[in-house]
Amino acid sequence: MTELKVVANATCTFCGCVCDDIELTVEGDHITKAKNACVLGKAWFLNHHVEPGPSARIRGKEVSLEEAMDEAARILTDAKFPIVYGLSDTTCEAQRVAVAIADWVGACIDTTTSVCHGPSGMAFQGVGEVTCSLGEVKNRADLVIFWGCNPAESHPRHWTRYSTMPKGLFVPRGRKDRTVVLVDVRKTKSAPAADIFLQIRPRMDFEVLWVLRALVKGLKLDPADLADTGVSLQQLEDLAGKMKSCKFGVLFFGMGLSMTRGKHLNVEAALALTRDLNDFTRFYAAPMRGHGNVTGADNVVSWQTGYPFGVHLGKGFPRFNPGEFTTTDTLARKEADAAMIIASDPMGNFSQAARDHLGTIPYIALDPKETATTAAATVAFTTATYGINVPGTVYRMDDVPIPLRAAFDSPHPSDELVLRGIEKRVRALQRASAAAR
Amino acid sequence: MTLLKISGGKVVDPVHGIKGEVLDLWIRDGVIIAKPANPEETPDKVIDASGRLIMAGGVDMHCHIAGPKVNLARKMRPEDKRNARPVQRTLLTRSGTGGSVPSTFATGYLYAGLGYTTAFDAAVPPLGARHAHEELQDTPLLDKGFYVLMGNNHYALKQIAANEPGRLRDFTAWLLQASKGYAIKLVNPGGVEVWKSGGGNIHELDEQVGHFSCTPRQIIQGLAQTAMDLELPHPVHVHCNNLGLPGNWRTTLATMEALEGRRAHLTHVQFHSYGGEPDRQDLFSSKTLELAEYVNDHPNLTVDVGQVLFGNTTSMTGDGPLGYYLHKVTGGKWTNADTEMEAGCGIVPVTYREKSFVNALQWAIGLEWYLLVKDPWRVAMSTDHPNGGSFLAYPQIIQLLMDRNCRREVLKRVNPRVLERSQLWDLDREYSLEEIAIITRAGPARCLGLKNKGHLGPGADADITIYNESADIRAMFEMPWKVIKDGVVVVDQGEIREAEGGRTYYVHPEFDSAGVNDIQKWFESFYTIQFANYPVGEEYLAGGGVRSSCGSRS
Ligand code: SF4
Ligand SMILES: [Zn+2]
Repeated sequence: MTELKVVANATCTFCGCVCDDIELTVEGDHITKAKNACVLGKAWFLNHHVEPGPSARIRGKEVSLEEAMDEAARILTDAKFPIVYGLSDTTCEAQRVAVAIADWVGACIDTTTSVCHGPSGMAFQGVGEVTCSLGEVKNRADLVIFWGCNPAESHPRHWTRYSTMPKGLFVPRGRKDRTVVLVDVRKTKSAPAADIFLQIRPRMDFEVLWVLRALVKGLKLDPADLADTGVSLQQLEDLAGKMKSCKFGVLFFGMGLSMTRGKHLNVEAALALTRDLNDFTRFYAAPMRGHGNVTGADNVVSWQTGYPFGVHLGKGFPRFNPGEFTTTDTLARKEADAAMIIASDPMGNFSQAARDHLGTIPYIALDPKETATTAAATVAFTTATYGINVPGTVYRMDDVPIPLRAAFDSPHPSDELVLRGIEKRVRALQRASAAAR
Repeated sequence: MTLLKISGGKVVDPVHGIKGEVLDLWIRDGVIIAKPANPEETPDKVIDASGRLIMAGGVDMHCHIAGPKVNLARKMRPEDKRNARPVQRTLLTRSGTGGSVPSTFATGYLYAGLGYTTAFDAAVPPLGARHAHEELQDTPLLDKGFYVLMGNNHYALKQIAANEPGRLRDFTAWLLQASKGYAIKLVNPGGVEVWKSGGGNIHELDEQVGHFSCTPRQIIQGLAQTAMDLELPHPVHVHCNNLGLPGNWRTTLATMEALEGRRAHLTHVQFHSYGGEPDRQDLFSSKTLELAEYVNDHPNLTVDVGQVLFGNTTSMTGDGPLGYYLHKVTGGKWTNADTEMEAGCGIVPVTYREKSFVNALQWAIGLEWYLLVKDPWRVAMSTDHPNGGSFLAYPQIIQLLMDRNCRREVLKRVNPRVLERSQLWDLDREYSLEEIAIITRAGPARCLGLKNKGHLGPGADADITIYNESADIRAMFEMPWKVIKDGVVVVDQGEIREAEGGRTYYVHPEFDSAGVNDIQKWFESFYTIQFANYPVGEEYLAGGGVRSSCGSRS
């Protein structure tokens, strides 16, 4: 008979909401209940199974963990232009070791931020950001705007836990005390929940945001200027008025802003608009981050190197240049000659050119699941799943660090353990070669 | 059991009244001991320090080196790093970036390279404590810790408004335990909450804090008293209201008076010593004399300076409305990050210019503070790193303090109106090496209640800096000959020899657990994380951590 165990205050890492109020019921190596989790979270926990195969393989053949770590270290130290990529679905503890390895071998370190909110990071460098933790929204926000994102489907509990529904200190009636606005190019499943839905034409985000800036500043505009945007001057005047007169406004933006025409310029416009509004009231902006610990990856890479993603360490110190040192680019340009991919599946979702090149170079992959990337890896580690088998730290989308509780042990090692083994070996190889010189 | 002897150096150890006598130091297992009684006992290693100067490792009691706002500043300012020399990776050490906000490993190496072995971050919101601890684990070679932002904490304000000192005390103890912090920090008490509640600020000590029926005066008194009642090793650490505003010296004086004899540390007082009136830049003047006299007469007070240096740096503060104010002054980029129930944060790049009257006067006011506080034990070296400038500027400040001609040379260059509005030119005082040792290690260590730091007597941690004696004071302090941490040479002539080490210091004051129910009820109504997931575990403490005792203060 398998033992029944209940884990309270467990944390779901499936999306950037990082809900830490999950109550898991565990039977042996299965989670049978995930109380409080949304559909996505339930699927994450309940469908979790431990991969039956070996923990380590070299070119598809089972090997010991030690052999695989030896080979991984050799690949990384032999390379002239190694890259380390992924990181958004593992603990900060593992991320810290991954950046260390990248540093020792002089790799390019990059995270999945570069393919989601990298432009938001660049906009942040240009404008700064007026932002806050999600509890500020819960307790104070009376105007909540979602732009280019679809929380109903991608962050299902964002509304109930943080942004629109909860009763807070200054919004005691919850949803009744708030106005909710959705701006998007499509009428998504999130639209019915909004008080106001503005459907703008695709690729017109920047223009609409810039018009709002002008209106907030009190400039008079000609309705004809808005002809191509899909919305009327009156609609935007109304929205600008609401933005100026609310007590606490917040604009959550998604990849519909950061990854469409204009990219970082769109986000700069959003950040500048929300900043400007602080001359009238308190107004905030925040990206809707996707992966469970992509925010942790940004933080770890930043505190260790000074830059958030796309960092080249090959000259012995950190250099930052998105477009040059980001992984899709170093692969597509055939610069990388070895790679280590952690908790990410570029073979499944990168451009053809990037995948083609990755297929020609030796690379290491760490993942709890079999993916296109692990299947073709030179060295593949099957690792334990963070937040299910492995404790540690993750950062919620608002930079709040949250601890993980393990529900049950995995037969596989954690990312951190594997990475520490590789780091130790890399350093031993480097010391040996320095001594031989 | 290793026995180390450092022989023949000139020792400067103000705690023991040693002013440059040639003495041998003995160290066993990382701790300074008296000379072994048994003459047969021979050291495993001898460092010949003859002709060199020995002090305890430096102690920085107020800097911003780890946690949410520091990392936001790193992310926001790539340009700051492009102009700074990077830290190169070696076989032993990690690479990093410099500038006003160095990356974590770089921060540890740079402090150690400067002969500093202890540093405390001055402003961490408890909800971000876990983050600060993670960064401190990646900041090697330093003993470290942080102060917990409390001056705008809702629960604290509620208890102050309700006149419930017992509950305030229990909550403070609970919060310090939960965050593994070291001291209570007030930042613009009440003003940040006003800023978060629709904008604005607080300007008077007796103004109401928005929806809370309490005032900055009550917050200051309540938490100063709480720190004393809990017998924390460090008293309440206060960043006064009205930072940076002309005429703010009145608020600073009123704050000192409001303490009514309670112990307190007033931080970066340079930024709080301005005469004049808001919106009248032409009336801007120094009021250091008035404030320093008050400090001289009131032994319950200590200060650190927050010296301004000319050049570009990053302003980062828990004082949210100040961030907005600076953004309006510079017109440049600005980050604001508010934390639920707890705190605010503002980050703005700033440049202090010699030719600017205001900036040059700020520079002069900082130096006046060092020179006008008579008792060096009660004024600590700081730039409020990186707010006034980088900690890397400490040697430059030491030179300015030890050499009046040097500061007069600068005064000749800067905006000439400074001469009319400050008395720096007329201050003849020059610091001695003993006084430098006091303001850079012995004094801050005492103020922090770190009994094993800041001195070289038996029982002290063997954190030791050995300098090449030189007439070029700045060069001497910029590159120590050797830096020893816990008895191990970690830096040798500027080169890192040992890349790991350093522990996190925290307090664990006791409280009545009956009060936790009420805290939990409040917490669960307003926070967005689980009560059980809030406290930071011991696995986050660098080097296993050191629990500083409460209540053993003499
Ligand atoms: S909202 Fe996101 S983090 Fe929360 S339970 Fe659903 S998938 Fe998990
Ligand atoms: Zn400070």
